[in-house]
Amino acid sequence: MTTPTEHRAPVQDATAATDEPTATSGSRTTRVLGIILFPVLALWAYLAFVGSPADVNQGEVVRLLYVHVPIVVLAYTACFISAIASGVWLWKRTQWWDLVAASAAEIGTVMVAATLVVGSIYGRPTWGVYWTWDARLTATAMLMLLLLGYLAVRRIPASTEVRGRRSAIVALLFVPNIIVVNQSVTWWRSLHQDPTLFRLNLSPEIEGLMFFTLVYSFAAGLLFFAWLLVHRFRVAYLQDQVDALGLDLALEERREEGWDDGWTTGGAPS
Amino acid sequence: MWCCVLRDAWLMAGKDLRLEWRSRVAINQIAPLALLFLVLFAFGLDPDRGILVRATPGLYWVAVLFCGLLAIQRSFALESADGNRDALRMSGLDPAGIFLGKFAGIAAQLLVLEALLVAGVVILYSARLDGFGLLALTCVVATSAIAAAGTLYGVLAAGLRVRETLLPLLLLPVLAPVLLGSTRAFEAALGGTTTDGWPWVGLIAIFALVYLGVGIAAFGSLMEET
Amino acid sequence: MEPVIHLRSAVSLLGRFPALAGVDLDVERGEIVLLQGPNGAGKTTLLRVCAGLVPVTSGTAVVLGHDLTVDRRSVRSRIGLLAHATGLYDDLTVEDNLRFWARAVRADAAEADAALARLGLDNRLRDVVVSKLSAGQRRRTSIAVLAVRRPELWLLDEPHAGLDRYARDQFDELVREAVSRGATVVIASHETERAEGLADRSVTIVGGTIGPDVTDATEMDRAGPAAVLDPDTVTEDVVLRAP
Repeated sequence: MTTPTEHRAPVQDATAATDEPTATSGSRTTRVLGIILFPVLALWAYLAFVGSPADVNQGEVVRLLYVHVPIVVLAYTACFISAIASGVWLWKRTQWWDLVAASAAEIGTVMVAATLVVGSIYGRPTWGVYWTWDARLTATAMLMLLLLGYLAVRRIPASTEVRGRRSAIVALLFVPNIIVVNQSVTWWRSLHQDPTLFRLNLSPEIEGLMFFTLVYSFAAGLLFFAWLLVHRFRVAYLQDQVDALGLDLALEERREEGWDDGWTTGGAPS
Repeated sequence: MWCCVLRDAWLMAGKDLRLEWRSRVAINQIAPLALLFLVLFAFGLDPDRGILVRATPGLYWVAVLFCGLLAIQRSFALESADGNRDALRMSGLDPAGIFLGKFAGIAAQLLVLEALLVAGVVILYSARLDGFGLLALTCVVATSAIAAAGTLYGVLAAGLRVRETLLPLLLLPVLAPVLLGSTRAFEAALGGTTTDGWPWVGLIAIFALVYLGVGIAAFGSLMEET
Repeated sequence: MEPVIHLRSAVSLLGRFPALAGVDLDVERGEIVLLQGPNGAGKTTLLRVCAGLVPVTSGTAVVLGHDLTVDRRSVRSRIGLLAHATGLYDDLTVEDNLRFWARAVRADAAEADAALARLGLDNRLRDVVVSKLSAGQRRRTSIAVLAVRRPELWLLDEPHAGLDRYARDQFDELVREAVSRGATVVIASHETERAEGLADRSVTIVGGTIGPDVTDATEMDRAGPAAVLDPDTVTEDVVLRAP
């Protein structure tokens, strides 16, 4: 007979190394990524904050863009990963896709928050304000709110199947929601003429070392994101393992229940 | 198959509206709240400085949004009482029909509330109803969008203890572009530049269709608790 | 003939709690089965599993020919579940409720009138809003709603609770009539004497699993359900427990 844990489809644990016990969220993949990340990030830090030249117009503050721009792109990437993984989960119903969706969304939320904070810090010296209602910022703030809603759904007290289904629908709806939000906010703000104030006033072409640093920041960011995603995924996976173990125990206890009361030994029923 | 869905939707909407008629929650509580919003806005924004008039479209749609939220909460609170969700699942009604029925019930109540709010802004804020065609179409389309998204997220949050706070958290960010679009359309209508308004109506219409589609497809599985 | 309910090693999880920990059950058409057990044993869950409301996590579950592990939804319209909750809209009248639930299953509205009469709810109560009814009257209305649907399988959770003696007699008659027309009935009840008069056999569920059947009425009467599971009379192969 099938054991209760078999109702889950086998987890395609592409992240675990061959035989090592899954007791930590680190795996061979994360270790390799981590080792690569170390020099990559070190070089990035050097290039971004020391090596590349300061901008003609904006001075040193432009260095924040090497953080801000990659992070915002990664945040949107995370959201789309979450949406796509949710879609595949609805189709295939394996645990792996559910966890990928949830992990990506969580990391995405942190990245959106970071985007808004760094953008805010960048905005103050550059434009004199911490916040402005331009299209990009507003759209990103809306994205944050959508993601917070998703995280709230992940936390509902319900079975994995129910929670998975509901959060998958919310995540799938990210795609039309983000498109509609961005379109509406762009139309809205394009009616108000002050765009020159809020364009990125960088030197006419970003060239040479600055350009390279920007592209390199993307690459470093992507690697960092992958590392985070694998870790977060494994934490979620291990959590589910613990719950499944608890299940076998609960089954045992459940079957023992009541067999000592009056229902079995001839006394009055309790 | 579609005739069954529509028949079930009609049954469901009829039941919801009959419930409203007997309990009169929308009439006795939500409608006064709507008017209260308008009054409070006037307190908050000095009526003498012309801010109210200029802000009328936005204030109107914010009020509609909150009334819509209340109507949606109420619609799902009806089903959470005493095993009704189970009974609905056992009833043999097509889930798509239940979705459309709830959608129609909420939309109908919201349209009545909007009519009341229009009267309110005309009287209280001295608004003039120029571009009536655009105004009316915006109301219909935006109401559909609010009702469709509300019914979908409503069932998603239904049956959970945290329903009352989860629903606004999910629904309001999603409806923000609807608020944006409807306000811009109203501004276009009231400002005489109706051609600017139609693209917004189109955007909201697409939004409404997406949510109607997803709702029809997903409502059945979202009704399941386990 | 194929049994109306066929469960083998059915496990059902409510969240992480195994409400059913391996249930074996067969119910044939036309039977009236009494389901007994201590509080929390899984009686309500078992009924809800058979109604297709709660999924079966593992094992076999076939009800009215539908495999519940594949599709739980299509069987529901053929089943009538009487739960603890009334399943009625409190702000609607008795008549409104009956008409709504009857029309939902395309049942004849005239049947609704007949069902109300059978359960002793006289015409004056038809236009009374449900919230103003007594608990017993609400219960009877719920039963009327169930009867109107003419389900093939009746799943009743504590049906006699809240009914006066007269209503209970009427209810028993209603059940027997339904069975004579080919329905099958499963009753979960604590009131064993009352329900045993109605039932063909009794099944006991403890800790999410089911013990052996007892079909002899005197056997059931004697010492209550405890006698069923006396370890001296029970051998390994009779106790149908999932490993």
